[in-house]
Amino acid sequence: MERAFEIIDHSADVGIIAYGVDVEELFSNAALALFSLITEPESVEEKLHLNLEVSSENRDSLLVEWLNELIYLFDVKHILFNRFDIESLTHNQLKAACYGETFDPMKHKIKIGVKAATYHMLRLDKNGGGYKAQIIFDI
Amino acid sequence: MARWQGQLIKIDDYRWKIPENYKTGMRVPGLIYASKEMLESMREEQTPEQVANVAFLPGIVGYSFAMPDIHWGYGFPIGGVAAMDIKDGVISPGGVGYDINCGVRLLRTSLSEAEVRPRINELINELFLNVPSGLGSEGKIKVSQKEMNQLMVEGARWAVKRGLGSEEDLDVTEEGGCLGGADPSKISDKAAKRGMPQAGTLGSGNHFLEIQVVKEIFDSHIASIMGITEIGQILVLIHTGSRGFGHQVCTDHLRVMEGAVSKYGIKLPDRQLACAPIASSEGQDYLGAMACAANYAWVNRQCIAHWVRESFSKIFGKSPEKLGMRQVYDVAHNIAKIEEHTIDGHKLKVCVHRKGATRAFPAGHKDTPRRYKEVGQPVLVPGDMGRCSFVAVGTQKAMSESFGSTCHGAGRVLSRGAARRSMQGRDVVRELKNRGITVKAGSIPSLAEEASQAYKDITEVIDVVHQAGISRKVAMAIPMGVIKG
Repeated sequence: MERAFEIIDHSADVGIIAYGVDVEELFSNAALALFSLITEPESVEEKLHLNLEVSSENRDSLLVEWLNELIYLFDVKHILFNRFDIESLTHNQLKAACYGETFDPMKHKIKIGVKAATYHMLRLDKNGGGYKAQIIFDI
Repeated sequence: MARWQGQLIKIDDYRWKIPENYKTGMRVPGLIYASKEMLESMREEQTPEQVANVAFLPGIVGYSFAMPDIHWGYGFPIGGVAAMDIKDGVISPGGVGYDINCGVRLLRTSLSEAEVRPRINELINELFLNVPSGLGSEGKIKVSQKEMNQLMVEGARWAVKRGLGSEEDLDVTEEGGCLGGADPSKISDKAAKRGMPQAGTLGSGNHFLEIQVVKEIFDSHIASIMGITEIGQILVLIHTGSRGFGHQVCTDHLRVMEGAVSKYGIKLPDRQLACAPIASSEGQDYLGAMACAANYAWVNRQCIAHWVRESFSKIFGKSPEKLGMRQVYDVAHNIAKIEEHTIDGHKLKVCVHRKGATRAFPAGHKDTPRRYKEVGQPVLVPGDMGRCSFVAVGTQKAMSESFGSTCHGAGRVLSRGAARRSMQGRDVVRELKNRGITVKAGSIPSLAEEASQAYKDITEVIDVVHQAGISRKVAMAIPMGVIKG
């Protein structure tokens, strides 16, 4: 497979383009890209896991909701994730097991504070045989 | 991004119009306040397109305005002002922004540069300890769910009641530090959980606390009413907003608005402009929640101002009163307000969206605080940390033309990434130190993102609003010490 994601620049903020052979991988890579903005993902170990369920109106907004759920968990419970098993995914519902650990200032470097995934310039398209999504974050 | 090729009609040297027929669907023309030189960078960034897009929103009256510090935002440009008739208009969370009631508070002191400069390191260290800042920073005040519900409704007064500040501070805060209509039942559990631990924190990104030196006074009469009397006088500027709480409120309600757009059959050129009729339940719910976040932000700045006073008091061994630490003013620059304005000779109630724009009410207006009744409401315009900040006042021209609004800051010209790359290998802290500015930051990468070249020159921005007459400049100050989150 080609790269999992890339980071794009947006004047006041920052965005990502995530790729996946299927929508499950796309959602997982988008989440990985989010945490690579926040910290160095290699520094995060799998010490805990959380089962998440997210629902929304359609697949585009589901992607935004999914990322916002992860941002919320970092902001409130200070959890950094580095692996996501997407267990089921429909056009408006997602179930995932997320692995990571609680933020430790001695161990994890925080690069930027991501505050929200936005609908701005949001795209989720077919890309050759797979999928591609663009998301801009408010930071 | 491709250069914007649309038509801009020159009205005068500082006003440029995007005609209503630029795009089918625009309900009003666009009006950009800018110098000819500034227009080039606006075209490069495509921001006039966003100004035109805002003109699509139902109920918009007058113009879709852009202030000279405008830059590309989500849906609405940052530096945009749009007023909607409350009878048939819409409210858009994107027209307020994620950081609801991001704003600025200015304190004056009786201290001089000569007294403060020798102790600047000590003072900055004390402030850094006393004011929680940085990513994920948590407050010194522990807020329970019950207290959270109270502070969302009471605003800055909630903090004053707990001994953090005085009644006089409230008199010189926009809305008295409390926006009416706050409805905690419209706040999600998630938003409350993000908000509670972060009350009374500066945060990160472009938020800061700055010790400044007055360098120039343009209008000594108005400045003296503000307590700004001498060149070399020390001021303190606090720039922060509603932290993760405001972001969650915006996120929650944008999702609701997504549904409302199709429910009410609203046609939009950009999804992030999602909105609902002001009179609808979705619109009213957002207004109730937005007021909660606005009030939270006023609590935030009220607490921080108190800890700033405490820190000065500790370092200089005198009470804040003896140090003359009075508040000049506190303004919101990301907010929507229901206000009465006169349009074509008729009084009309409108919902004024100010996203990266400041209220600039004139002398004599009922909402201009007593102390400033004769001179106009103070407007606080921070620049970037390497340059300077301005204090101005609102004018009658702003009232009759831009719904009592003006600019809010410098406005970015470089993306955060580009700013970081342009500063690679350079020691931002040392470069500023060499220019007499002491900086303490939670994170050095984020500091590089806020370097001077990332922003427009604030002096050009303020000159445009001054020349256009929508505010009048009063004083200019430069930074001496900066705390960044």
